[in-house]
Amino acid sequence: MTFVTDSILSWVTFLPLAGALLILLFARKDNIARLIAMGVAVADFILSLHLWFHFDNANAADQFTELVPWLANGKINYSMGLDGVSLLLVLLTTFLGPLVILSTWSAIKHRVAESMAFLLFLQTAMIGTFLARDMLLFYVFWEAMLIPMYFIIGIWGGERRIYAAVKLFIYTMAGSLLMLVAILYMYSQAGTMSLDGFMSLNIPAEQQMWLFLAFTLAFAIKVPLFPFHTWLPDAHVEAPTAGSVILAGILLKMGTYGMLRFSIPLFPSAAIEFGPWFAVLAVIGIIYGALVAMVQKDVKKLVAYSSVSHLGFVVLGLFSLTAAGVAGGIYQMLAHGLSTGALFLLVGVIYERRHTRLISDFGGLAHQMPVYASIFLFVTLASIGLPGLCGFAGEFMVLFGSFSSTLLPHAKLLVILSSTGVILGAIYMLWMYQRVFLGKLANEANQSLKDMSLREIFVLLPILIFIIVLGILPGPFLEKIEPSIDRLLTPVLELRQETPADHHITIPHTNESHDSQTEMEIH
Amino acid sequence: MFVNITIPNWSDFAHFVPEAIMFGAFLLALMGDVIVRGRKPVVPFLITLLGALAALYYSFASPPVGDAGVLGSLVMIDSFAGFFRIVFSFVAVVTILFSWSSEEIMGSTREHKGEYYALIALMTGGMMVMAEARDLVMLFMSMELVALTSYVMAGYMRNSLRSTEASLKYVIFGAVSSGIMLFGMSLLFGMTGQMTFVGIRDALVANPVNDLSMLVVLIMIMAGFGYKIAMVPFHFWCPDVYEGAPTPVSAFFSVGPKAAGFALMIRFFFTVFQPIVDTIDWPLMIAILSAVTMTYGNIVAVKQTNVKRLLAYSSIAHVGYLLMGFLLLTPGGLQAILFYLLVYAVMNLGAFMFVSAINNSIKSEELSDYAGLGFRAPWASVMMFIFLVSLVGLPPAAGFIGKLYLFTEVLREGWYWLAIVGVLNSVISLFYYMQIARAMYFEKVPEDAPAVKIAPLHYVTMALLAVPTLILGLYWSEFKAIADQAIAGF
Repeated sequence: MTFVTDSILSWVTFLPLAGALLILLFARKDNIARLIAMGVAVADFILSLHLWFHFDNANAADQFTELVPWLANGKINYSMGLDGVSLLLVLLTTFLGPLVILSTWSAIKHRVAESMAFLLFLQTAMIGTFLARDMLLFYVFWEAMLIPMYFIIGIWGGERRIYAAVKLFIYTMAGSLLMLVAILYMYSQAGTMSLDGFMSLNIPAEQQMWLFLAFTLAFAIKVPLFPFHTWLPDAHVEAPTAGSVILAGILLKMGTYGMLRFSIPLFPSAAIEFGPWFAVLAVIGIIYGALVAMVQKDVKKLVAYSSVSHLGFVVLGLFSLTAAGVAGGIYQMLAHGLSTGALFLLVGVIYERRHTRLISDFGGLAHQMPVYASIFLFVTLASIGLPGLCGFAGEFMVLFGSFSSTLLPHAKLLVILSSTGVILGAIYMLWMYQRVFLGKLANEANQSLKDMSLREIFVLLPILIFIIVLGILPGPFLEKIEPSIDRLLTPVLELRQETPADHHITIPHTNESHDSQTEMEIH
Repeated sequence: MFVNITIPNWSDFAHFVPEAIMFGAFLLALMGDVIVRGRKPVVPFLITLLGALAALYYSFASPPVGDAGVLGSLVMIDSFAGFFRIVFSFVAVVTILFSWSSEEIMGSTREHKGEYYALIALMTGGMMVMAEARDLVMLFMSMELVALTSYVMAGYMRNSLRSTEASLKYVIFGAVSSGIMLFGMSLLFGMTGQMTFVGIRDALVANPVNDLSMLVVLIMIMAGFGYKIAMVPFHFWCPDVYEGAPTPVSAFFSVGPKAAGFALMIRFFFTVFQPIVDTIDWPLMIAILSAVTMTYGNIVAVKQTNVKRLLAYSSIAHVGYLLMGFLLLTPGGLQAILFYLLVYAVMNLGAFMFVSAINNSIKSEELSDYAGLGFRAPWASVMMFIFLVSLVGLPPAAGFIGKLYLFTEVLREGWYWLAIVGVLNSVISLFYYMQIARAMYFEKVPEDAPAVKIAPLHYVTMALLAVPTLILGLYWSEFKAIADQAIAGF
């Protein structure tokens, strides 16, 4: 097996792609395609466990690295690596992969082979994005995600699927092309595409500003950060369940991952300067997303807006630029991936039965579907951050980290404002739960609903287990990411040491007092 | 002071093998067609196909070594010319192969099928000479040779109104613009008394002319080139001609003469004007033309409902991208152009070929008739999707790499606004290219949709183009090296 473990990252990345090709070329019968896809996804998850067990917690640098010269005389390489942050996100991806495929068993009935192939292709692109350590390779994976997602929404989506697919494609493409310009500019400066080469570029502060904005805009669209979020509700509502789960579970994390991996360490001075603005947008997103979620009539749209709110916490944590805040952000990414993924799966369960998702069509479902109602309640509680479940630790650390941040102006105000987002989150989720599950079973159409099948329970069970594990045992996860976070924040911290904390604040003050003095003298 | 033309001797023709093959194939095909009295088009088909293959092989196997100014000083056989020989003979091979199964060319009501192939051979030879010309006379001669041939080819379907109209438009625009260009050239000759590019440059450096008259000359000559490459504002013929001409011909036009125009333009401006660009703000002028060209092409393409017309506008937009590299007048920029031309030739030919292959069975080029094609003709549609992704410039297709180099060079030289305009244009182009993908994959197959049957030869030619489109997106070092090598002589 050494040939596998020697290049384990490539195996984890490209195994799904191989599965996709196998299905497209040789196994186009529905059930065979499903089985192969499932087998490949499970195998990929098992392979990725190797990473977890052989990961050196103390080592902050990239591990399991692979470097193969690719093009342009070594300026562009096939370079893969994995640190703690990538590790957790890759595991989240491979973990959700088989569950997503299992969830499509009854939801996708036409063009099954193609759907399986697209899901596997998407998985390769997502894992590759987390592992690439060469900017061109990263960009290739990053854009490659768009094509399968476009087809998943466009072919298997709801009524307005074409509109949603095109909107998603154009929105994200517009952002990432500006990032491409920034990457190419840095390439022309550094003469290499390797991330390390980019890191060692000493970019003047003024240029950092533009590059930072180009990168972060691309990521902000992906997150999506308010006010770039308008593609998300459309995409979520029209996407099939599998698409929604991947979108919420992993694709949105690409944005926050990119901010952490590229925006902050590559452009530290710009991150310090502009981070607060993004933090403010994040806080607006937290509250705005929650308020809009509250008035939604469609359950899926409600969950979609709740993502805007939850991802706001992640961005706030990242731009607090404190170790605790960033760790909390990453933890929140995992927690959101699990709980929102589960919520979309649950919405899919009821949609398959009733072909509606309007809250007003339901009510009293708890009588008819007790298992479904209990699982839904459990996930709801996880999503609103009940202590002991996964959502709590991340949000808490984000708020804690931001509160103590010295780089965020008005940090305490921002934290107080975003805490209201937690409260609002509880309100809209529980209110929705009450209207869907409690009360009388009034609608006749709901009286013949069957409870969850064994397969559906089995899809959710692993997620439920990890919701608890992440809730009570954050330690093993946090210790994997802490050294990496320190490394990613090093450029910012170094910059801070050069310029003392009060440096920025004193200069305008003295100027002001000076000005006022001169003014007074004149008067 | 007059032109020193040395009498060409026979040994010069050793440098001329691919051209000689193509012109020979033209003559042989014509004669062959006469011998079989036009009844067996397979004869000229085979003659030209073999000729193009031989030219392709020769261009690959023995690229020009060093710079040989041949036929006095009329042409220059260097690696730059060698690069374009490869491109043109490849384009010719693909077009000839493809045309054989095309209804528009070989349909039972068509006449003069043999001459069609002969004309392709003639035009290919002409384009090769265009890439080699280094003298005003040869410049004009080669451009006219290509132009005259293309007028005939555009009007090939002579009982079709659209085709005849296309031909007429092409003639009128072509005549006017080459007249303007000729006038500019005569001014240039009057100012310098030289015919060769190098001679003109030396004369201009020695005795600078005043800026205004230089600008007039520049604009007049640019009009001729602009027409050839379909640059805004000299593009008006392009959509009509591409739409009216038989689709294989449009495919050929959209890459062949365009690339030849770029080749000649690069050689001309790089030699003649590079030393004096500072005196007039030439790069800014081209930058604006480039931005306008791509934006116009893309925005107008969005509204098209005819796929062929859409591709015509998209090809205008691609000229805009190419001009970005041209304005730099740096070796890096030229290398990027050459590589992009190579990629563009492959992907754009592919997209047109798909349109033609589909037109063969459903007799339509309307976007609305493409509904559900992805499931009616799955393999062909997958290939079309690859071409479209590449035309947008998305990884992992070749178009991405082409743009990557172009934009890198543009940014290296500090043209930030132009790079941003180019990138935003890519977003617009995404929208309309995806309209095609959308029709093919997201729309339901209509009940009364005619069956789509794709000729085996069309599968072969499209695969010949789709495979490189993918490969060049993942591994391009060798091909980039060929493009880089081509500039070495400059």
